[in-house]
Amino acid sequence: MSTRTFALGGYGPRRRSAWDRLTARDSIVWRLDWVIMLSGIALAVIGSLLVYSATRNRTELNQGDPRYFLVRHVISLGIGIALMIGTVWLGHRRLRSAVPVLYGITVLLAVCVLTPLGATINGSRAWLNLGGGFTVQPAEFIKITVILGMAMLLAAKVDAGDQEHPDHRTVLHALGLAALPIVVILAMPDLGSVMVLVIIVLAVLLASGASNRWVIGLCLAGAGGAVLVWALGLLDEYQINRFAAFANPALDPAGVGYNTNQARIAIGSGGLTGKGLFEGTQTTGQFVPEQQTDFVFTVAGEELGFVGGGLILVLLAVLIWRACRIARESTELYSTIIAAGVIAWFAFQAFENIGMTLGIMPVAGLPLPFVSYGGTSMFAVWIAVGLLQSIRTQRPIGV
Amino acid sequence: MTNIPETGRSSRVTIRLVAIQILVLSLLLTLGGRLWYLQVRNGDEYQKEAKGNHVQQVVEPATRGSILDARGVPIADNETRLVVSASRTELMKQDDDGKAVLERLAKVLGMSPKTVREKVRLCDAKTPQPCWNGSPYQPIPVTDDAKPQQALQIRERSEDFPGITAEPEAVRRYPAPYGANTSQALGYLSPVTDEEIEKAKDTDSPFLASDEIGRNGLERSYDSQLRGSSGVTRYEVDNLGRVMGEAESDKARPGSNLVTSMDARVQAVAEKQLDKAMKDARKEFDKNTGRNYKADAGAVVVMENKTGRVVSMASNPEYDPNAWVGGISGKEYAKLTGKKSNYPLLNRAIQGLSAPGSVFKVISTTAAVKAGYPFNGRYDCSPSYKVGGQVFKNFESEGHGSINLGRALEVSCDTVFYDLAYKQWKKDGGNLPKKGAKDWFYRTAHDFGLGKKTGIDIPNEVEGRVPDRKWKKNYWEANKDAWCKQADNAKGRPSYAERIAKENCVSGMKMRAGDSVNYSIGQGDTLVTPIQMATIYGALGNGGTLYDPTLGKAVVSPDGDSVKEIKPHSHGKLPLGKKTLAQMDKALQGVATHGTAAWRFGEAGWPQDKIKMRAKTGTAEVAGKQTTSWLATYTDDFTVVMTISQGGTGSGASGPAVRKIYDAMYGVTKDGDIDKKKALLPKPETKLPKIDKDGTIVAQRDKQAEKPGDKPADASKSPSASPSGSPSASPPGESPRTRREAEAVRNEAEQQQRRRDGAQQVRDVRALAGGERP
Repeated sequence: MSTRTFALGGYGPRRRSAWDRLTARDSIVWRLDWVIMLSGIALAVIGSLLVYSATRNRTELNQGDPRYFLVRHVISLGIGIALMIGTVWLGHRRLRSAVPVLYGITVLLAVCVLTPLGATINGSRAWLNLGGGFTVQPAEFIKITVILGMAMLLAAKVDAGDQEHPDHRTVLHALGLAALPIVVILAMPDLGSVMVLVIIVLAVLLASGASNRWVIGLCLAGAGGAVLVWALGLLDEYQINRFAAFANPALDPAGVGYNTNQARIAIGSGGLTGKGLFEGTQTTGQFVPEQQTDFVFTVAGEELGFVGGGLILVLLAVLIWRACRIARESTELYSTIIAAGVIAWFAFQAFENIGMTLGIMPVAGLPLPFVSYGGTSMFAVWIAVGLLQSIRTQRPIGV
Repeated sequence: MTNIPETGRSSRVTIRLVAIQILVLSLLLTLGGRLWYLQVRNGDEYQKEAKGNHVQQVVEPATRGSILDARGVPIADNETRLVVSASRTELMKQDDDGKAVLERLAKVLGMSPKTVREKVRLCDAKTPQPCWNGSPYQPIPVTDDAKPQQALQIRERSEDFPGITAEPEAVRRYPAPYGANTSQALGYLSPVTDEEIEKAKDTDSPFLASDEIGRNGLERSYDSQLRGSSGVTRYEVDNLGRVMGEAESDKARPGSNLVTSMDARVQAVAEKQLDKAMKDARKEFDKNTGRNYKADAGAVVVMENKTGRVVSMASNPEYDPNAWVGGISGKEYAKLTGKKSNYPLLNRAIQGLSAPGSVFKVISTTAAVKAGYPFNGRYDCSPSYKVGGQVFKNFESEGHGSINLGRALEVSCDTVFYDLAYKQWKKDGGNLPKKGAKDWFYRTAHDFGLGKKTGIDIPNEVEGRVPDRKWKKNYWEANKDAWCKQADNAKGRPSYAERIAKENCVSGMKMRAGDSVNYSIGQGDTLVTPIQMATIYGALGNGGTLYDPTLGKAVVSPDGDSVKEIKPHSHGKLPLGKKTLAQMDKALQGVATHGTAAWRFGEAGWPQDKIKMRAKTGTAEVAGKQTTSWLATYTDDFTVVMTISQGGTGSGASGPAVRKIYDAMYGVTKDGDIDKKKALLPKPETKLPKIDKDGTIVAQRDKQAEKPGDKPADASKSPSASPSGSPSASPPGESPRTRREAEAVRNEAEQQQRRRDGAQQVRDVRALAGGERP
């Protein structure tokens, strides 16, 4: 950053080109966590194959072009990586000042979903129509702004050295910040995203060092809220059915339990090595619904078997492991909270998504990070990776 | 940006971060464990489920093979019916789900559109009948009674009828050529049971719910050859049941055809004559019981001596085998299995048991020779014989003086055999049997194949019984408790039954003198079947070989390439030397010429010089019933055995019928000449019927049975015997359309012709068989 001083001298080193700067030993490229990068890219590549396998025969969806979903998935991945680079370039610290604005925008977008601008898919009004066939799911971005916003509030005084842990007032503010979008999303209703947000809030509070009372209190409140939601009948019938089918998978295999049953048959029939890519009978026969998005893991299970499904799990584990290291090694609370939020997000969403295909979690409409088809999710996930990278690259050297 | 704390975070945060890390990774570990559980531990189970999910089977029935007589005349074949079916898979591809197609179809078939729609809809809880109960991938039959014209309309305008097929389909039929039902020997088919369907589900040849399998007779014993194997087309389907592609498929293989040794013409004569003999017997007065003979059941077997092949097998009461076709009604079934109709399903030729009476004497004669009594020795044929205070009389108390064993056979002298049997019984120790008793009379019966199955190739044959010491002992052990109890309960003066019970209780295990004496003339506890007697007399006619009787002669593959002949198989030799055999043969000739059967043969114009007839009559007494008539006969080539239960004497009741059967086979005229042209079967049919290149078995028709002016008497083909049921190729040069039309027309004409032929031949055979000679 201070090379300019030598640039005037005739024999001094020449001004470094952009390439040189990128490849230099102290360059940001070297400091990126490439394990996370490559794991994420590997997951996305596997994802595109699975999405292709699931959609190449679905003429009613792909408008006659077998590669329709594949191409879009790869473009989304490209945009996602670009967004990650942009995030790293900006840096999470510089974003700090923009957080209130970003938070406001995403919440506003979420509110727009509830207006006639919103689009309803699978019984939940979670999409925003952008026109031209593009839709966006604001809940995905809200996950980021809630993490950033809470981190900003909770870490402000601690990072300034005024307190060791955030005080009750701060925690209350942070919770309020999270509560607003959660209520909006609950109204959509997008139960899956609400569940992820609640877990994120919990993880953020834990990582912030807030009093145990808050953590326990929040757990109790979450449970109470769930009871309240149930009691007040805020859930739609299809959501209640999903839980009923989870509790008893044998229930009505042609109706309510159909998804979970067919998903389990698909995965189970894959065996150790799978039926081979594009060879899955459950997949080509379209027995599993939503197979390119929420149930994408069933394609892996059926066609790639335990080996392929296990590989996805390992890649996710490696990625999250590295993210945990970043969280632990960061020296400021703001960064730690962000990393913890992202970890909770990825981990819980992956657990819920894969768990529901394996029949150990109730069905909720959530994409598998990096793998599922869906632009907004892809963008949000890669922005989150950008935040992790930014935390890693911007930490003081030697720590 | 510059505000970086020097000390880092609090330890609380660090601990919590580690906790989060552990929690998160254990979640992923849980997923891995569950994945292993589903895919590796339970993978097989889910693979099965996935397969059931996406593969649907369509079963195409195999055409059942025909059963033909020795000359290729079908006695069981298939009738072709035009079945119009609709494929739902194809109909659903239409924009209106096939509504318009079904409407057009209804118009062509002359049915109401509603009826057609109802037939094609799928059954579910809410849908009332009619609806389709089977697999939605199976073509659904709309009618099985389409006219050729309608079928042609549908085929020609196939673009108007997507998913609709009009195909000829085979339905079992028993054409009864010449009026020969052959019911019991053929057996019948009945629908598969759910259990059988379940059992065959995963085999190469699964059943359709509409399938039938052989339950009795030839239909059962040759079921696996006749049935063929149904074809299975496996379709891969998606979640909505739409067909995505065809998985591995097996074509239906039609069943093989079975050529039997039976001759439908002789069969017709035999059935007719048996029936007539029984009816005539019912007109006869029985002196012993003081009423007419009941003649409640009867059987006749015509067999080739040198092979054991059965030419004809009739059992009376009989039934129409077509009663089973297309499912039998409850009422009809009750009729077939009821006591009132005297169980017509029973094949009395192999299941009818009775004492053999004097036809048994060939065995006693052999036993006597074995025991050391010379055939030509002198034996006293007194009018009666006394054993231990009991008097055994000759038939009508006739005496013949001192005669040899041959003459004893000729006149059927009982007392000669009584004496021999009694002497043997005493030799073996009498009431205190010696160890190693010779028991010649019983041993010889076993050697002749009595007391065990002959091994005929139709099911449910019974063994009969030789009442030897072993049987006596077993029988006593099984019944002594009941007998003794009955004897003990007797109060005051015991009744006759109680006295018998007492005697049985004390000494029922013993072979008594009376038992042995009675046994020697085929009375008492001995039980035989007509087929056993036919096997024995056939063996006497062939030099002593006991053949397993067979009806099946060859199994011909549907394409005619493989002809598996069923070779004669023997199960033993008669225990007779050549000399004794010749002496016995001569004596049996004597029976026919000047013995008990002479009035039916030698003295009734039988050309004995040209066709040597041997015969033995039998009149078996059955406690509480009228006598059983037996007549066992053989020529150089054929054996005919007839029996009529409660029918009277051997030669009296069965004589005329057996004679008529021989007359028809050899073409013997009223005045004792032989009309070779009229002879149905003067020599055993050694050749198999002609098999065309396409596998069609050519039926040989009678020249003389055809009347002048009728269709030329060439060998006409029986289309039903060919594997596909398709008639012979038509002349070249015709367009396919007109050819099809021509085929349909010819089919009809041919069927009519065959019906006419059948009726004409029935009349001719009837005429031959006697009764109404023109």
